[in-house]
Amino acid sequence: MKNKYDIIVVGGGHAGCEASYVASKLNFNVALITSNINNIADMPCNPSIGGTAKGIVVREIDALGGLMGKIADRSHFQIKMLNNSKGPAVRSLRAQADKKIYPQEMLKELKKLKNLTIIEAMVEDIIVNDNTITGIILENNKVINCKSLILTTGTYLKSHVLVGSEIKKEGPHGERRSLNLSDNLKKRGFEILRLKTGTPQRIEKNSIDYSNLKPEYGDLTPLTFSFDNPPLYDINNQELCYVTYTSPETHKIINDNLEKSAMYSGNVKGVGARYCPSIEDKIVRFADKERHQLFLEPESKFTNEIYIQGFSTSMPYDVQEKLVHSLPGLEKAKILKYAYAIEYDAINPLHLKPSLETKIINNLYTAGQINGTSGYEEAAGQGLIAGINASLKLQNKEPLILKRNESYIGVLIDDLVTKGTIEPYRLLTSRAEYRLILRHDNADLRLRKYGYEIGLINKIQYNKLIKKENSINDLINELKIKRLSKKNIPLNVLNKIKEKQLTSGYSLYELIKRPEFKIIDFINNKLINSKYSNDIIETTEFLIKYEGYINKTYKDIKRLLKLEEKQIPKDIDYDKVKNIATEGRQKLKQIKPLTIAQATRISGVNPADISMLIIYLKKEYSNNE
Amino acid sequence: MDTTICAISTAVGTGAISIIRVSGKEAISIVNSVFSGVDLTKVNTHTIHYGFIVEEDNKIDEVLITLMKSPKTYTTEDTVEINCHGGISTTNKVLEILLNKGCKLAEPGEFTKRAFLNGRIDLLKAEAISDLINSETEKARKLAINQIEGKLSKKIEYIRKNLIQIQASIEVNIDYPEYDDIEVITNQNLIPNLNKILFDLNELIFESENGRIIKNGIDVVILGKPNVGKSSILNTLLEEEKAIVTNIPGTTRDIIEGKINLNGILLNVIDTAGLRQTSDFVEKIGVQKSINVSEKADLIIYVIDNTTANLAGDIKKITNLNNKKLIIFINKDDMSSKNKYDKFNKYNVVMGNTISTNGLDKLKNKIVEMFNIKYLDTKDFSYLSSARQISLAKKAKNAIENAINNLNEGISIDMVTIDIKECYETLGEIIGAVYQDDLIDELFSRFCLGK
Repeated sequence: MKNKYDIIVVGGGHAGCEASYVASKLNFNVALITSNINNIADMPCNPSIGGTAKGIVVREIDALGGLMGKIADRSHFQIKMLNNSKGPAVRSLRAQADKKIYPQEMLKELKKLKNLTIIEAMVEDIIVNDNTITGIILENNKVINCKSLILTTGTYLKSHVLVGSEIKKEGPHGERRSLNLSDNLKKRGFEILRLKTGTPQRIEKNSIDYSNLKPEYGDLTPLTFSFDNPPLYDINNQELCYVTYTSPETHKIINDNLEKSAMYSGNVKGVGARYCPSIEDKIVRFADKERHQLFLEPESKFTNEIYIQGFSTSMPYDVQEKLVHSLPGLEKAKILKYAYAIEYDAINPLHLKPSLETKIINNLYTAGQINGTSGYEEAAGQGLIAGINASLKLQNKEPLILKRNESYIGVLIDDLVTKGTIEPYRLLTSRAEYRLILRHDNADLRLRKYGYEIGLINKIQYNKLIKKENSINDLINELKIKRLSKKNIPLNVLNKIKEKQLTSGYSLYELIKRPEFKIIDFINNKLINSKYSNDIIETTEFLIKYEGYINKTYKDIKRLLKLEEKQIPKDIDYDKVKNIATEGRQKLKQIKPLTIAQATRISGVNPADISMLIIYLKKEYSNNE
Repeated sequence: MDTTICAISTAVGTGAISIIRVSGKEAISIVNSVFSGVDLTKVNTHTIHYGFIVEEDNKIDEVLITLMKSPKTYTTEDTVEINCHGGISTTNKVLEILLNKGCKLAEPGEFTKRAFLNGRIDLLKAEAISDLINSETEKARKLAINQIEGKLSKKIEYIRKNLIQIQASIEVNIDYPEYDDIEVITNQNLIPNLNKILFDLNELIFESENGRIIKNGIDVVILGKPNVGKSSILNTLLEEEKAIVTNIPGTTRDIIEGKINLNGILLNVIDTAGLRQTSDFVEKIGVQKSINVSEKADLIIYVIDNTTANLAGDIKKITNLNNKKLIIFINKDDMSSKNKYDKFNKYNVVMGNTISTNGLDKLKNKIVEMFNIKYLDTKDFSYLSSARQISLAKKAKNAIENAINNLNEGISIDMVTIDIKECYETLGEIIGAVYQDDLIDELFSRFCLGK
């Protein structure tokens, strides 16, 4: 261990891994400090990667040159495409990732990096000189210097584990926690939030009676998160998950024991997420719902633990025994690990710039749960961006700020730094106003060029992207040129056309716009070349079929970009802008939006305030030009 | 908005009192400097004070001063209202004194502009207030007041709330696909809900077209061949000799306008040059103008001379007027004729003449019937009334129609949410709930700001 690094990353979770990986890749000397090297890339909660919106984030991470997609491809034992029926814009991958393999593969990948040092230690304070970070102080008072620092502390800041009336002062799985770091951040001006999350029981695999439970299968088409590797799993040999439901007995036990839950006894001070409620929360809030769906998911091929998704609770142990045994199929289940709630400190993300650098201390970056988010994928996406931007700044380059019309990661970060959060933030497709453009299939087309410019995507990967772009254009042209008329139309194509009369003939391109046609029909009829791969066909078909909607979305985006171009000068004095409502003025002062577009997204800043702001900018700043 | 403005706020006329409103930072101190009575700078807000407006110790008028301090005033600025009692010339004198003391004469709508810019009223209300100022009938005034009270905003908010619920039920399905215990959104449960929105929007637009009529009146254009009595009809309707009437065809060369109040609705009646081929240069321009105004008309009264020998030309012209609301007025029904008018059965035909009022009463009744004017009289008004509002409402309606059509065609739900969102945001633009870049342009053009 040296006493000086270019970049230090504190925390070895999903954010920390991506951040240290990209910074090392970009040739900086990096130290990754973790309290326990065995917990690198740990998955302390659900055994899955992806899900709606999150699966697209994993694709984006891969497009930019991050690790999560590749590691997930190497370690999952079931994968499926969600939302196939709801349309191409909201499709997303979800995989059951092996909790043993994923961390192993991640550690293996990190150990390949020559300029990355992994250090086991607990960080308790930061060193700041002239508003700029210069180093950290460890638990043993040892100092390590750095030029930039990335904090990815997860749930380890002053964490409390809560089960019933018991409060344990420890991190997840009884790990040690950082006692002083969040207080020290508070002293330097950061507002500290107290958040809460929870995790359900783990059940002995063989103690479950599966005979009456509905199995959930993986898809039978090959799928990958990464753009760079083929499927690495046995499609025909995927593990099963199962579905069960709460019973009337479950609801009775909860209602009878409500005051024993840490959540309802008043022990929990942190704010939990509405979209990820504990089972007692669900039963209290949705009292008229007869049952709640639960998923039984294997954690690993190498352990016998089954995770009960949807059943997190902070009930005491004896109540948990009763609760688990009230579930169909789990009457005789053996609990290997009890459920718990965990509280931890986070910073108010409004302290951050869109680059994830803090506004208070230069060269200090934060990513993941410390910023108020939840989820492995959200953490990894931020870790990647923090790692990239810490590196770019040391290279004296402009930060990478992804726009809302470019990526889910951009939506996530913009939401955090513009709107802030009062509960653990989860990405949803409904948070993305341009989700038609932010698809699973085009993450590489959207973002790979940035990865290439930064130096995380190599020439071979980049050429593959260019080839993909060209193939899509070729296919579109081919479909436009090829026309069908009375003479040359194959009968099976003719039969599909509803109105039966070919007056002027059609291009294949026009036919694809109709719901009844797919590109594959024309390939099967040998009307066009069969050289195109499935992903080319998928993207092209989408672009043609939904051209109207895509154009409409681009029109909206153009409006947004016009406002994104309207920069707000850094020296603006909001007290001088007349007639802004008090709330709007406070929010503008706190968040310091960079552009008018960002200002419009701040809750509490109303359209009239924006009008006043624009009038002020026109008066004050356009005269000087 | 650093200046203090003033204006006579009551209608110019011979009312018992007239009110001068003063608004701005120096409103109180300026009025105080010309007021003999209590010291206005030391009184409570929202109080009334008796005294005199003075100029160099001369009492100009005996007044009541209403004093309202910022922010609870119309403009949110300090506001003083002077109730003058001395008739029009004295009121003008008081105004002049205020101007000499440093007040600026308010531009039309400037108090409203300040109320808007100071965030007291939204754009919809600002629009409505400018409508109110310009309203010419009682119905138009009521319409504007309803908008100011926010009835329209409430109606639109209601539709938007329903849209959000539809959208939310779709989003839950998209974001939580694994859960089968959430009600699955299908066309069967979605389309009826969207149809309900469409119904509401259609009603809003239909009523808004009426709102436009209430606000702007009905543009009525009188067309017909030369010398069939168009100008006489105008004059009889207006009850004044506005148009010169002769028996020489082609007398009316330009368009002539007049306004009448028909059951509370304004008719803008436009007389035109008779439609004929002519070599007269001036008359030619007149004929072209007739064609132009008739394109924009809400109603065309096509006049036919009962004694004419040949209807062919008229029939041709009437056929060209398709898509327009039309009344065929057969003039000079007191004279004998061999013409048969069964060809016009599908049109609204009124027989009459300009000598007796009988025919013209029938004409008026026909208009009342065609434009549902009696219905407008009884309805509670909360309509969109500016072209901006109506075109946005139509855009919102199109979006919902697209959503329904696309669902029926089997387009996936993620696409259809784009239509639904467009509808929601467009309605938001009407009430100013969504920030729009062009709104600011509108602002600058309406209020000539920034100079």
